[in-house]
Amino acid sequence: MASVTLLYFARIREQIGLAEEQRELPGGIATVRDLMAWLAGMDERYERAFAEPEKLRCAIDQVMSPLDAATDGAEEIAFFPPVTGG
Amino acid sequence: MRRVLVQAEDFDPGSELAALGTLGSGGVASFVGHVRGGDGLVAMTLEHYPAMTARALDTLAGEAEARWPLDGVTLIHRVGRLAPGDRIVFVGTASRHRAAALEACSFLIDRLKTDAPFWKKEEFAAGRSAWVEARSSDDAAARRWD
Repeated sequence: MASVTLLYFARIREQIGLAEEQRELPGGIATVRDLMAWLAGMDERYERAFAEPEKLRCAIDQVMSPLDAATDGAEEIAFFPPVTGG
Repeated sequence: MRRVLVQAEDFDPGSELAALGTLGSGGVASFVGHVRGGDGLVAMTLEHYPAMTARALDTLAGEAEARWPLDGVTLIHRVGRLAPGDRIVFVGTASRHRAAALEACSFLIDRLKTDAPFWKKEEFAAGRSAWVEARSSDDAAARRWD
């Protein structure tokens, strides 16, 4: 079991009600998309936050990554809506 | 010269431009973004991903330096609660070639809008608030530099 820090920003943080948490990932999670599906099954807050994976973005260890990216070896995975700075 | 700052405090565009000017390049281009007012907007709060923000901006500055012959790049982005009219972002470039300075400045603000982890939440009268949605026109503007 791999332990990973999960970070949530903006709308996702509000929907889940958490900015950060530590999770032990079960076997069978290979990609960010797998992780999102697993988190969506936690409770209705997570289900709502991860209802439309394609509308979310992620960063692995502070680098923007596609949803198909492997989670193996990741220490910090962040989820957020498309960015709106500038 | 590369200057990248993420801060709650305001910045002074005049002194930033002056600093780029002293490099002796001959040409300085800049963009300053402000909070857009209207529609009853009371304030805007900028959230960011602190561990990633400076790195993302630094990466962008590096990409601009690799593509254009720049002597200086300055990127400043504010975070926290801002009022309509307040400054949000400063992009400045210095080059011996005006096209390089102007294009690099345009590249930096376009890509900053899609690559840097900032999120805006707008507050309106009567306590209503809403996250700003990303615009497909911003994605298109960023992609023209691919």
